[in-house]
Amino acid sequence: MSQNTLYDKVWEKHKVAELPNGQDQLFIGLHLVHEVTSPQAFAMIEERDMEIAYPERTFATTDHIAPTEADKRERPLTDQQSEEMLSALERNTAENGITFFGFESGKQGITHVVAPELGLSQPGMTVACGDSHTATHGAFGSIGVGVGTSQIRDILATGCIAADKQKVRRIEVEGSLGEGVSAKDIILKIIQDLGVDGGVGHVYEYGGPAIRELDMEGRLAVCNMSIEGGARAGYINPDETTYDYLRGREYVPEGEAFEELKSYWESVRSDEDAEYDDVVTVNVADIDPLVTWGINPGQVVEVSQPVPAPEDFEARSDREAAEQALEHMDLEAGQSMLGYDVDVAFLGTCTNGRVTDFRRATEVLEGRQVADGVRALAVPGSETVRQRCEEEGLDEVFIDAGFQWRRAGCSMCLAMNEDSLEGDEVCASSSNRNFIGRQGSKDGRTVLMSPAMVAAAAVEGEVTDCRRFFEDSAHSLTADDVSEVAD
Amino acid sequence: MGDDDQHITEVGGTGVPIPGDDVDTDQILPAKFMKEVTFDNMADYLFYDARRDDDGEFNDHPLNRFEGANIAVVNQNFGCGSSREHAPQAMMRWGIDGVVGESYAEIFRDNCKSLGIPAVTADHETVTTLQEWIEANPDGDIEIDVEDATVTYGDRAVDVEITDAMQEALVEGIWDTTALMYSNMSKVERTVADLPYV
Repeated sequence: MSQNTLYDKVWEKHKVAELPNGQDQLFIGLHLVHEVTSPQAFAMIEERDMEIAYPERTFATTDHIAPTEADKRERPLTDQQSEEMLSALERNTAENGITFFGFESGKQGITHVVAPELGLSQPGMTVACGDSHTATHGAFGSIGVGVGTSQIRDILATGCIAADKQKVRRIEVEGSLGEGVSAKDIILKIIQDLGVDGGVGHVYEYGGPAIRELDMEGRLAVCNMSIEGGARAGYINPDETTYDYLRGREYVPEGEAFEELKSYWESVRSDEDAEYDDVVTVNVADIDPLVTWGINPGQVVEVSQPVPAPEDFEARSDREAAEQALEHMDLEAGQSMLGYDVDVAFLGTCTNGRVTDFRRATEVLEGRQVADGVRALAVPGSETVRQRCEEEGLDEVFIDAGFQWRRAGCSMCLAMNEDSLEGDEVCASSSNRNFIGRQGSKDGRTVLMSPAMVAAAAVEGEVTDCRRFFEDSAHSLTADDVSEVAD
Repeated sequence: MGDDDQHITEVGGTGVPIPGDDVDTDQILPAKFMKEVTFDNMADYLFYDARRDDDGEFNDHPLNRFEGANIAVVNQNFGCGSSREHAPQAMMRWGIDGVVGESYAEIFRDNCKSLGIPAVTADHETVTTLQEWIEANPDGDIEIDVEDATVTYGDRAVDVEITDAMQEALVEGIWDTTALMYSNMSKVERTVADLPYV
């Protein structure tokens, strides 16, 4: 059993009681709410004639259904169901004294982008949201967990969830990333190594040199996809990078109050002699950018590697999944992903919808054009991100290249708004899930990759190694290089 | 809490095999059907795309062949992906009262517990044997005994696993945790008072 890790310390600090079934009652310090998973919970609270226990610790915004075209955000929304969901959230937050970041606030966006950039997510907190990507907030050294709607009801009514304490796996990420390789590639590599269910029963503590070198936005991308590896939460111990990021943000206190909080943040770091349930090492020194070739995020290869054959996998379940994936993606084993035609390029989401992600993409797009026939969308993770990008002139780079520059929302990650794949379109996507049907069409095909790789795919109209667009890169690969590997 | 009708010691009925590993919540309940502010209609959307062919007609998906079933039998890492409670809500509203599987994604299992749906596990052979048995005996009864952690069908009884937390919660009738945790509000206040950031 783990001891003296950040997870142990933050858990103890928030543990209210042990429940009769052996679970712990855990206080949630930050509850994030969006329109899709909360209305049923608010209704349950009303039915039971209960009050919201901690409205001041609860913050809401709208993301899943948010239209991303400016003129489609006029109220009432054209889509009646979306309007109903948004209105319900407005009503529920107003009636209960909960802060709501709506379209008019200038701060609307994806919960997991908004809370970090406003300084709501801080080290040593417990964070919950009715969304599995709540692990994102672990980037600050907090415990972030996705919950279902009945648990949202629990939090609204009591500020708490009933939870099982998990095992803690330390993932030591060694090496230093090469040019054109990013945080997204680190987490895809980890999921490739440990599998999509490797983290079940665990939280992941990410550490080591490659993690320390990441800026906060990179760390958020890594923690974001913990759930794709089966780990309900993932976190990184806070350090100066974390504190520098937090200083001056809207919900972070200043001066002495900041220093006091910082001493708490320092105190929750995993001790040098902390005990972990297990430790695994992943070396990222020589990795190439990764892309998925299948229908779950574990079906992923470095872009230099051929698509594996079902018989390459030991486990029966992996072999079956590989067969299904090859069929859905219309791929042959041994084929390279380089040169795989794409119809849509989608940049954004709670994984890669932050300012540095858009900056990285513009490095590729500057002075280049989206290939003919490719539909390219750049969707900022929040309106704050959008404004910041526009101040830097990044929007113009996207527009000049032929991208559509949109308003904030979850957009084509799960296609609950108008942004959707059609038929069997292939999407080069900076999102986090490549499940069948995920992007709105049951025959649609998703290839997950980093923002720079999405931009490169948009320009070429096919999966390509983004490093060929970076100066001084010795590593750009073509499909020919890969067929040699395959031979 | 602990009303009589909240105690769940056993569930049973006919079965439906839902084969495949890593069946994700986007398959169980596609996101496009989450644009409703209640769970009332979710049964209609269960495995919506998988149950239909390209013309929109029902295909031979197990849910179409085993209508009226109460026990779903699934494989590894069932319910992975999103946290949407819409997925188990849809299963429950379709008629599922209990699940037997090789393993589950954690949020999915938590959601099952919140809804009072026992989700028990067994090894690959046990599960596939049961799935085959259902195919051969579509009207056969399967019973999950939550208290004894056994599944009985035909002339067989097999041991299964259930987490202590889920077993206690179901058997003691405390799976709806809101009232239970509400009774600890004074302790919650003490915990909060000790947090430097609140």
